[in-house]
Amino acid sequence: MQVENLKTYYFTKQGVVRAVDNVSFEIYEGETLGLVGESGCGKSTLGFSIMKLIPPPGKIVNGKILFKGKDLVELPENEMRKIRGKRIAMIFQDPMTSLNPLMKIGDHIVETILTHENVTKEEAYTRAKKLLDDLGISRERINDYPHQFSGGMRQRVMIGLALALNPDLIIADEPTTALDVIVEAQILDLMKKLKEAYRLTLILITHNIGIVAEMADKIGVMYAGKLVELSKTLPIFEEPLHPYTEALLDSVPNIKLSEQTLKWIPGSPPNLLNPIKGCRFAPRCKYAEKRCFEEEPKIIEVEKNRFVACHLRG
Amino acid sequence: MKAGIQVENLKKYFPVQKSFLEALISRKTEYVKAVDGITFKINPKEIFGLVGESGSGKTTTGKLVIRLLEPTDGKVMFDGINIFELDQEELRKFRKRMQIIFQDATASLNPRMTVGEAVKHPLEIHEIGDEKERKEMVFEALEKVGLSPPEAFYNKYPHQLSGGQRQRVCFARAIILNPEFIVADEPIAMIDVSLRAQIMDLMLKLRNERNVTFLYITHDLATAKYICDKIAIMYLGKIVEIGEREEFYNDPQHPYTVALLSSVPIPDPKYRPKKILPKGEIPSPINPPSGCRFHPRCPIATKKCSQEEPTLKPISKTHYVACHYPGKITLS
Repeated sequence: MQVENLKTYYFTKQGVVRAVDNVSFEIYEGETLGLVGESGCGKSTLGFSIMKLIPPPGKIVNGKILFKGKDLVELPENEMRKIRGKRIAMIFQDPMTSLNPLMKIGDHIVETILTHENVTKEEAYTRAKKLLDDLGISRERINDYPHQFSGGMRQRVMIGLALALNPDLIIADEPTTALDVIVEAQILDLMKKLKEAYRLTLILITHNIGIVAEMADKIGVMYAGKLVELSKTLPIFEEPLHPYTEALLDSVPNIKLSEQTLKWIPGSPPNLLNPIKGCRFAPRCKYAEKRCFEEEPKIIEVEKNRFVACHLRG
Repeated sequence: MKAGIQVENLKKYFPVQKSFLEALISRKTEYVKAVDGITFKINPKEIFGLVGESGSGKTTTGKLVIRLLEPTDGKVMFDGINIFELDQEELRKFRKRMQIIFQDATASLNPRMTVGEAVKHPLEIHEIGDEKERKEMVFEALEKVGLSPPEAFYNKYPHQLSGGQRQRVCFARAIILNPEFIVADEPIAMIDVSLRAQIMDLMLKLRNERNVTFLYITHDLATAKYICDKIAIMYLGKIVEIGEREEFYNDPQHPYTVALLSSVPIPDPKYRPKKILPKGEIPSPINPPSGCRFHPRCPIATKKCSQEEPTLKPISKTHYVACHYPGKITLS
C-alpha cells in the first residue's frame, strides 16, 4: 500500500482542522507499521482515512491511497465496500461499543462471513469455530453474548471479526489501550502469532512507545497532522532524527533501567484550526532556529529508508 | 507528620445490588470484597506505590485511607490517630492535612470556575487569610506546580488549558493547604506521554521540598519505579507483595508480580524478553478463589495453594510476600 500526499480535513463551524496534512508512506506486504503520536496528532484520522470511514464534517481533500493497483480515494462507495472488511479490516480500542450486545459471539462472525461471501451457513459456522480456536477462545462459548465475555476476550473477538474474511491489511487503532497490562501482553502476543499465521500486513496505531518497540518493523511518528519521521524500528530508537521523536523517547520510562532521568516537552501541540507557518514543532523544539518558524520542512529521505521532516536534521 | 500512615487489617465490602425478586428468593446478601484485610505502613516523606489491575481494590484503598469511604473493618492511623474514630468536626480539621488527586482532571474541576477560584476554594472553606493573602497563596501554589506566570492562568477556565495543565491545577488546589499526605490515584494515566514526566517530577519536588508523603495508585510499574520508594502489589483485595524499590524490582518473589513485570512493554527494540504470562484474567471479587486468590492462574500452583491462604511473610527486613512458594518463578 502506498499513501501519497494524503490530506484529511474536518470542516467544522470554527474552521478547517487539518487533521492529516500531506502524509505519504509505503507499507510492504507482511510488514508491521507502528504509527505513534499523542492525542490529536491525526494518527486515528489517518487510519479511518485508509478505511474511507471519515465521519462528516471530515473529508479526504487530496492525495492517493494506492492498494493493489487501485486508488481507494477515487473508488466509489459500492466498490469500497468490497474492500472494506474483506481486504482491509480494522480493530478499535473499545470492543464493547463495537459488538452488538444482543447478538451471540458466533453470530457476529457468521454474519460477517455471510455478508461478504457466498457460502452456506454451515460453512460459515465451521469457519467461525476454527477462528475461535485460533483466537484462544473455547468453542463452547460460540453461543455466549458479549456481556458474558471479559474485556480481553471481547478484544479477541474483535480481532477474530477482523480476520474472518482473510484480509490482507489490518489497521489496529489502540487495540490494547482499554486493557490491563497482563491482558494487553496476551493480546499483543496473539496478534504476533496471528500475523504470521494469516500472513497479514499490519498498521498499529498507538501512543505507547513500548508497544511499537516490541511489535513494529517500521515506525511513523506523527505530530500535529504531519508525519515527521519514518524509519525502521531499530534506527529510530538508536538515533532518532526528528527533535520531536527524540523528546518523545526521552519522556518514556523504561522499567529495565535502574537509573533514568525523564524529560518532558514544554508547551502543548498547536491548535490545528489556525494556519501554521513553519515547522509545527518549532515552538516546543529546543533546537529551533529562525528558519524553522518561517519555512515548513518537507519530509525527505536522508538515507535509505529513513525519512525526516526537519530543517536541521534533513 | 512524624509517624506516617499505618493501615491495619483494612476491609471494605460492598453489598451486591439485587433485584426485588432475587432478594425475595435468597436471603443471603453477597458482597464484593473490594479490600479484604490489608496492612501496610507509609513512612513520612515516602512515595508509596500501590499497584494493581482494574478490580484489585487499589482505588477503594485510596479512598479509605483518607476516609472518603467508611471501612467494613480495620484502622488507618494517621500520625498516630485512627481517622475512623474522629467525629465530623475533628475530621473536617483533619482534612486539611490530607488530599486526593484523581485520574480525570477535567471531571475534578468545575468548568464554570476559573483556575484562581478553584485553587482558592479550599482556603475559603477553611477560612484562611483575607482576599489579598489568598490571592498571594494561590499565586505561590500555581508557581510551585509550574503554571507560571500565575497571572496568565489565574483567570483562565479549565477548557482553555491542556490536560497536563488541568492536572497541575488539581495539584495546586491540593497543596494550597499545605497537606502532609496526598493520595494520587492514577494522576498521569490520562495525560499525554510527553507530559507525564512533568507531573511525576512535580510529585518528587513536593516530597523533597514540602515533605509531602504520597500514596501513588497506579497500574503502571514503569512509572512506579521512577518515583516510588516502596511498592505494594494488590490482587483481588489483598496485598501479595510489598518491598523497597531496588529489592522489589531486582528480585520479585510473587508469581503475579513476575507476571506483571514481564508484561510491561519495553521501549527498546533490542530487548526482546520471553514473557511469562498467566492464563486468563482477574476473576470477580464477589466469589474470589479459595486459598491463594491467584492460584487458578498461577503456573506453579499446587493443592496447598487452593486450600491454604498464604499470609505476608518477610523475605528480608523490607520485603514481604504472600506466597507458599516465593521466588520460584523469576524474571529471565
